[in-house]
Amino acid sequence: MSRKRISLRQELPLLVWLVIVWGALWRDFSPGNLLFGALIAVLVARMFYLPPVELGGRFNVLRAVPFALMFLAKVVAASFQVLYLAVAKGPRVISAVVAVPLRSHSDLLVTATGHITALIPGSLVVEVDRSTSTLYIHGINVRSAEDAAQLRKDVRDTEAGLIRILGTKAELSALNQEVAA
Amino acid sequence: MNPETLSGDTVIDAVSAVFMVAGALMSLAAAVGLLRFPDLMTRMHAATKPQVLGLFLLLFALGLQMRSWWVWPVLVVAWIFQLLTVPVSAHMVGRAGYRTKHLHPELLSTDELEAVVQQAAGKRGFSDDDGDEASAGR
Repeated sequence: MSRKRISLRQELPLLVWLVIVWGALWRDFSPGNLLFGALIAVLVARMFYLPPVELGGRFNVLRAVPFALMFLAKVVAASFQVLYLAVAKGPRVISAVVAVPLRSHSDLLVTATGHITALIPGSLVVEVDRSTSTLYIHGINVRSAEDAAQLRKDVRDTEAGLIRILGTKAELSALNQEVAA
Repeated sequence: MNPETLSGDTVIDAVSAVFMVAGALMSLAAAVGLLRFPDLMTRMHAATKPQVLGLFLLLFALGLQMRSWWVWPVLVVAWIFQLLTVPVSAHMVGRAGYRTKHLHPELLSTDELEAVVQQAAGKRGFSDDDGDEASAGR
């Protein structure tokens, strides 16, 4: 294979996820079934080769748990916001497309930020500029420049949270400097 | 209701009933949004957010009613796949909708993407090539 081989350590999160899906679908987490699932996971990952996800090499669980809870709360809030807007505003709702430049150029972080942005209140990713890592976000009920600035800040805060959880050390120190400044 | 009937089963039934009704309400919210919002982008908001929560509530109620542990991993995996796929589909539809001008400019307070798209179209003409993102959309 001409492509660069990736280390097992880099591939491990994908393999673990595949084994979990296998076990969940069979509804059987016995060791034998998991072992067979792991075998198939390795086989699938070798045969259907995808570009490796570049992990930052760290994962902060203490930051991840509150972030996940906040995320769930925001999903709930987002749903009620859409319900309210649909009933109260309907056809007269005002939106905006806002450019949000992100700090990180890592594909994983840009993707994760975009995913979370799409699920939390009032925002939807319309376009991604990978070269400058800018997200173009459609914000619902964004009526003024202040609302747009708030939306931009929210997305960048989401990204900051993700950097604290799984960004590289360089990104983290850059973020800390920015916060301190 | 007398105190004897307030057993664990009743509580589980009550919780799952509340969750199911709330989940159905969220699906209703999505439907109302699809009907009432003015353009494609705002409709995508309605199509993505309430139904993610609605599915979560319905799956949770289902998990409570099944009363066996092995159903939870399946439900969790189902919801995670929903979380992973919904933003992607919303992004692809929204992107295509923006490019084909399925939106009402008078309902946008600012549009910071328009200038970028115009500039890209003017500079590159047909050879629209802004990396992997563009090739996925063609």
